[in-house]
Amino acid sequence: MTTTAEAERPAVRTSPPGADRGPRRRTGRIRRVGLPYLLLLPALLLELLVHLVPMVIGIVISFKELTQFYVRDWGAAPWSALDNYRVSVDFDAPAGEALLHSFLVTIAFTVLSVGLCWLIGTAAAVFMQDTFRGRGLLRALFLVPYALPVYAAVITWVFMFQYDNGLVNHVLHDQLGLTDKPSFWLIGDNSFFALLTVSVWKGWPFAFLIVMAGLQNIPRELYEAAALDGAGVWQQVRRITLPSLRPVNQVLVLVLFLWTFNDFNTPFVLFGRSAPEAADLISVHIYHASFVTWYFGIGSAMSVLLLLFLLLVTGGYLALTSRGRRKAS
Amino acid sequence: MRSNRAAAAGAVTLSLALAATACGGGSATGGGSNDSPKTLTYWASNQGASIEVDKKVLQPELAKFEKQTGIKVKLEVVPWSDLLNRILTATTSGQGPDVLNVGNTWSASLQATGALLPWDAKNFDKIGGRDRFVDSALGSTGAEGEDPAAVPLYSMAYALYYNKKMFADAGISQPPATWDELVADGKKLSKDGKWALGMEGSNPSENIHHAFVFAKQHGADFFTADGKADFTGDGTVAAVKQYVDLMATNKVIAPGNAEYAQNQSVSDFAKGKTAMLLWQSASANLESQGMSKDDYGIAPVPVRSGTPGTGKQVNSMVAGINLAVFKNTDNLDGAAEFVKFMTSDAEQKILNKAYSTIPPVKSAQADAAFATPANGVLKDTLAKSAVALPQVADESQFETAVGTAIKGLFADAAAGDPVTTGSVKAALQKAQQQMPAA
Repeated sequence: MTTTAEAERPAVRTSPPGADRGPRRRTGRIRRVGLPYLLLLPALLLELLVHLVPMVIGIVISFKELTQFYVRDWGAAPWSALDNYRVSVDFDAPAGEALLHSFLVTIAFTVLSVGLCWLIGTAAAVFMQDTFRGRGLLRALFLVPYALPVYAAVITWVFMFQYDNGLVNHVLHDQLGLTDKPSFWLIGDNSFFALLTVSVWKGWPFAFLIVMAGLQNIPRELYEAAALDGAGVWQQVRRITLPSLRPVNQVLVLVLFLWTFNDFNTPFVLFGRSAPEAADLISVHIYHASFVTWYFGIGSAMSVLLLLFLLLVTGGYLALTSRGRRKAS
Repeated sequence: MRSNRAAAAGAVTLSLALAATACGGGSATGGGSNDSPKTLTYWASNQGASIEVDKKVLQPELAKFEKQTGIKVKLEVVPWSDLLNRILTATTSGQGPDVLNVGNTWSASLQATGALLPWDAKNFDKIGGRDRFVDSALGSTGAEGEDPAAVPLYSMAYALYYNKKMFADAGISQPPATWDELVADGKKLSKDGKWALGMEGSNPSENIHHAFVFAKQHGADFFTADGKADFTGDGTVAAVKQYVDLMATNKVIAPGNAEYAQNQSVSDFAKGKTAMLLWQSASANLESQGMSKDDYGIAPVPVRSGTPGTGKQVNSMVAGINLAVFKNTDNLDGAAEFVKFMTSDAEQKILNKAYSTIPPVKSAQADAAFATPANGVLKDTLAKSAVALPQVADESQFETAVGTAIKGLFADAAAGDPVTTGSVKAALQKAQQQMPAA
């Protein structure tokens, strides 16, 4: 029985010509090893074209003396060695001083904005955990700022911040009487707070969304057990909620930081090409240097410095938080 | 293996970067050709109340041109806020239009990029000669001593628009001719929530146009004779202070105007919220906002004493639009043909009437349509008392730097913070440091 079976099997196996076997196995291997790379290729090429090439060009330009005189043929612009960088970080000279000012404004703005976004988002998410009537509706409403196109939303804020007919002055001054005269929000020192308000309004729903997702993963039993052991609400938040949210928060804060630090749309739509000094965020500052005053070389050098700074901060942050996580586990 | 891959990636990146450079380089050496003689691309600046209005004005004329020459013109109307950057991008990439509008104050800045076709005698001959154009308009077509980088298309000048009824109600019989008179009249007009004068404090270009005229009236200039930035002379400081003081100390401008940059002051004037407006070619705009021609009068912009004229009596910049040709056009002959068409007497009359501007072409200017009292003031100003903004390569940076400094000073004035000679000087000093080679 078995012999016939074994005798039959090879007959079946050899029915395709034996010579074909080798190449097929080889194409199989090529396919197995090469296919992922092949599939990655379009993305890789696009990444190269969209991100890497402009970045390399930007770095090259940062070493060139590129102004309107050479913009037509930027390859021919004279090399300036480290001059653009020297000008950018010479904090006693006008360009460096302005860059430092704008950097400090951006730091203050980012810290406040990310902090407030996180605080409001987390508070809202914790609050929305309990089921109550209208929770779904409220949750949807919370996400409106996140869903609106940035331009439309910020332009609406521009109208509200208007000195003469704006809603903000109408409420603060006419209705509540909190100020003795209407204030300017889009020019002068108040512009910082106008910018912060819009940024927080725009950013907190994202924090809310992420924290809410994080909360869903905390087992209810933990709270029940804690309650049985006599832990109050605050203790539950401190001992269960916040530690459990840690990994979520780590990513959330990093992403919010990078987005806020680099935010261009909000200040640009609020203030136009030249922002008031108090709200001169670094992204607009670099845009101004490059495309308004046409110092493309210096603008590129500033961009490279900014990139280095963000890499440093992100790297440091990741190293710090992952060490904390390792220790915790 | 890994280093190989990295090297390969590096090589690809490098070759792409080089290719990109080569593209840029290719356009630079391309001196124009006649490779596609049947088409042209034209970027028109937004002149009318909207882009649609412009298309309605221009499209029939372009059709006429196509009928005459067989050349099809592809029109794109570009908003002002985008125009300079669009031109710069086109310059960098070499992928621009064949013919385009440039604000005449940018002529020298754009000339410096080397992207625009120079209008030498030979090129001018193709469109009927240089003599056809008004001198003051030719004065803002490029740096002095060089062939113009563009040809004048529409001319404009600032004038004082005033609301006749508000003047009559305040017992004022005629528009102010000097700044002292304007301030005195302004005190009578600024009451009951209405204000004497409107302006655009957050618009750097508007600021610079006025500051330039005030400086001229103080006998000062923002640039030295050899083209170096010089913003902090006593005359320029006094001029900028006088301008900002209209809000800060004279209080004839509403503080809210410090925030304006979207022509809100034109709307305020049309609605009767302000009695006066310093503007160029506002008629079409005012009428589209429901103000009848009889409601307002037009007078020359005030001077410090006497009547407008030359020297210290200058009361306007030479404003206007120029027509330029990109050097690397694929239709050199067609582009010249198109410029000839647009600057022909017939077209000059049609287009300048549509935009309530003045033709920079002498023979077209003589048309009866440009002899109305309103146009009379503009024509007179252009002929006698207007000066072109400095035609230096850094002009566009100058507009931004000084215009933005003045925006900051208006913000101070609006907030009630003092605007002193010292604070004006400090702001201008900072602006000067932003200029190239400061």
